[in-house]
Amino acid sequence: MSDDPEATIAVDRLWKVFGPRAQRVPGSPLADLSAAELREKAGCLVALRDISFEVARNEVFVVMGLSGSGKSTLVRCLTRLVEPTSGEVRIDGEPVGAMSAKRLRDLRRHRVAMVFQHFGLLPHRRVLDNVAYGLEIQGAGRAERHRRAAEMLELVGLTGHERQLPEQLSGGMQQRVGLARALATDPEVLLFDEPFSALDPLIRRDMQAEVRRLHAEVGKTMLFITHDLAEALTLGDRIAVLRDGELVQVGTPEQLVGAPADDYVADFVRDVPRADVLTLRWIVRPPTAGEEHEDTPLPHDTVIRDAVSRVLTAGRPIPVTEDGRSIGVVDAERLLPALLGHRRQVPV
Amino acid sequence: MTAVLTRAPVRSLEQQRGPWLTRTIALVLIAAATVAYLVFRGEPAAENTDAAAFRLFTDVRDWVDENRDTHPAFLFGMNYLRLGVRLLTESVSAALTGLGFAGLVAVAGAVSFVLAGWRYALLAVAGFLSFAVLGLWTESVATLSLTLSAVLLSVLIGVPLGVLAARVRWFGAAIRPVLDVMQILPAFAYLAPMTLLFLIGSPAAVVATLIYAVPVTIRITELGIAGVSPTAVEAAAAQGSTRWQLLVKVRLPMARPVLVLAVNQTIMMALSMVVVTALIDAPGLGENIIRALERVNVGAAFDAGLAIVIMAVVLDRVTTAASRRSPIGWRVSVPVLAAAAVVALLPIGDAVPRWSAAEPVNEITAWVELHWYDATEWLRNTVSTVLLNPLETVLTTTPWWLFTLVVVAIGFLAAGWRAALIAGAASAGIAGLGLWAHAMQTLATVLVGTALTLLIGAWAGVLCARHDRLATAVRPLLDAAQTMPSFVYLLPAVALFGASRFTAIVAAVIFAVPPVVRLVERGIRDVPSPVVEAAVSSGSTPRQLLWKVQLPLARPGLLLAANQGIVMVLGMVVVGGLVGAGALGYDVVAGFSQREDFGRGLAAGFAIVLLGILLDRLTPRKAEV
Repeated sequence: MSDDPEATIAVDRLWKVFGPRAQRVPGSPLADLSAAELREKAGCLVALRDISFEVARNEVFVVMGLSGSGKSTLVRCLTRLVEPTSGEVRIDGEPVGAMSAKRLRDLRRHRVAMVFQHFGLLPHRRVLDNVAYGLEIQGAGRAERHRRAAEMLELVGLTGHERQLPEQLSGGMQQRVGLARALATDPEVLLFDEPFSALDPLIRRDMQAEVRRLHAEVGKTMLFITHDLAEALTLGDRIAVLRDGELVQVGTPEQLVGAPADDYVADFVRDVPRADVLTLRWIVRPPTAGEEHEDTPLPHDTVIRDAVSRVLTAGRPIPVTEDGRSIGVVDAERLLPALLGHRRQVPV
Repeated sequence: MTAVLTRAPVRSLEQQRGPWLTRTIALVLIAAATVAYLVFRGEPAAENTDAAAFRLFTDVRDWVDENRDTHPAFLFGMNYLRLGVRLLTESVSAALTGLGFAGLVAVAGAVSFVLAGWRYALLAVAGFLSFAVLGLWTESVATLSLTLSAVLLSVLIGVPLGVLAARVRWFGAAIRPVLDVMQILPAFAYLAPMTLLFLIGSPAAVVATLIYAVPVTIRITELGIAGVSPTAVEAAAAQGSTRWQLLVKVRLPMARPVLVLAVNQTIMMALSMVVVTALIDAPGLGENIIRALERVNVGAAFDAGLAIVIMAVVLDRVTTAASRRSPIGWRVSVPVLAAAAVVALLPIGDAVPRWSAAEPVNEITAWVELHWYDATEWLRNTVSTVLLNPLETVLTTTPWWLFTLVVVAIGFLAAGWRAALIAGAASAGIAGLGLWAHAMQTLATVLVGTALTLLIGAWAGVLCARHDRLATAVRPLLDAAQTMPSFVYLLPAVALFGASRFTAIVAAVIFAVPPVVRLVERGIRDVPSPVVEAAVSSGSTPRQLLWKVQLPLARPGLLLAANQGIVMVLGMVVVGGLVGAGALGYDVVAGFSQREDFGRGLAAGFAIVLLGILLDRLTPRKAEV
């Protein structure tokens, strides 16, 4: 992988192995064994196997996988809540593994914040003091931290609930508190560990919208863990698919749906409505000789669904252009399978 | 009062090889033991008055007495410890007495109000007033200040250790077996060594109480800290909390209800022990009880017993309520406490109407003696001749090595080889202490008491589990029973049966039945309802449901009940030495009062310890998981 200077988070050949003398596994012949063989032979459990990826500044990067795929371990390795077995994590170019306890604490206090699946709120503190906790342990004054916490609560739409205890709030509201708490220290990076999977579907959708809104408002680099493909597609600029501790594919939602790396990913994305995710570039065909085209081209990054009415009402194929250069044409014959199909009718 | 212990499950023979083999082995062993007994039985050994162990302990005592003011271990260790504890006890006592009668009542009310609310404040005020009404104000304050001193020390020592045990794995693993043993030891066992190190009086009493109570503090604190939700801790760690911040701002506050419960249980244990320490000349209500018991004056003891019960109820209710609610703000609490302080400064006399239960109680006792004499005498004699005497004869005429072998065999069958070896070693140790006959007499009493306790307790527990109304009616009774210090239970037993071995059994049964009832009931009620429903829908009668489904599934609870029952009965039977049960309990008491019996008393204390370990190891605490 190239060393992108813009990357906020860079993960390089990260391993996490649980079990006796785990550190002997990476880089040894043991590393080539399958999970079952390794458990048999060394009594070790591989949670993460040779993971590398980079997250650009202000990107929303989603790690998706089923339960047990190692995604929660991965996000915990980033700030060493779980100590990686080998490999390197760099945040803003600084290796996390080499940080002293104090430096690591500073990282957690100022630069990276996390939102948890089960909220992790302190039940004995009022909502306001939960949000202010991060500032409190940094030594911020009472008035200062309460002011900041109140601002954050306003940002997530919880003004008026400051004096309540967490248990008095609904699940969705509790997670808003979790969100406000993470934002309170104004970190560069937000880590989300399946933040919405404990919530009802409707509330989950609201919260996803909330995250999109916040990302638009405050920017920030976000790394989002989920097992929900729809959530990954909605939120992610790029998605990494994790399976049994290994990265199967990293790409944009389009790449995942249009060009799944293997059957596992293909199976995952099978039910995704292609027309909502893919752009025209996935269904263009070369113009045939002597064919007449529409005059106004469509840009290549138009989502298929948005092109439906034009393509269907047009009498002739429409050219698709990228940077003013034609990359092919699209017509109803190319369009319809993408609209209808759940099978792999879309050319790969 | 009985902390529920869970230990690592022990794989017994039964789990490894099936019930059939176990049964066969058991039958063979029983036959072999019977034959061996018939061949080897001897005369009941005359009680040794001059065993090697006694002489050793007397020599130790003499050495300690000679070197108390010269040896560095005492000069720089024990004596300072004693001084420190005395200083603490005296300051607490001075603070309580300094408040004066009205002041202390007001402060008790105010503190209860702040901790638990106005209802409990009323309860506390009424309770404290009643001490004066009973004419036992000074004694009550003495008992209270000893209890508070011991609780203070227990919390100061126990909470950090509990936190450590929960957070540092090797420390938790190391301290667990120590606590296990400490918790099965009867209060009596701690007294003799304390007098050796700290002489008699308040400091020794406070240290003995501390040792008796601190395992509970450590255990419950550990449970509380270990039970803190890991997500909240992780979230706080992810925000960059230091370890200290995690402890102070997350773990301790989140464990607060459990920590208050730990204090509550510590108080109950301490109070029950402080009363017993009257035996080593600690001041307070215990003195009144012991003096009255020695004269078999139930009425005189009753007042003191009543005061103890009231104190127990007040302290228990206030702290229990405190664990359930969050503390009120300083805006309310400070004025309330200040008001109480003002009351302390006002010149209010302690003129309260006096009332004593001594006379009516003595009248009732006399009436019972007169009219129920035949019935109580019959019961006492029947149990003695049918159960107690034969068992005692068998046990005392069995050679010690045969007994040890049988113990090992039972232990192996019931609880695994490790327990068997520990129990066997304990048995051999008792023999080595030179108190074999007395230990066997005590054991016979304990076994009879346990059998009665389990019969009554299991029966009542099953009833409570099957009848909700009965359970609701009985629950407050059980609650009350479990808050009372063990000494109090001697009173009704003495009132009914005078001073005898049987009295100790009765007291032990009354003492141990409530927790057994509770454990049995909970065991049966905890049987998953789908299982019960399935059995009912396939047409089980209530009886079949009980015997074929509920009791088998409740086995872990029943075994725990047996274990708790046996340990509690032992504790009480030993205390029964005060009221004619003789044997080891009497040896211990005699050791305090007569200088020449000190060695034997100390040996008896150790024998009780070993007996406790033996009995505890022989009852499997947890069957299958």
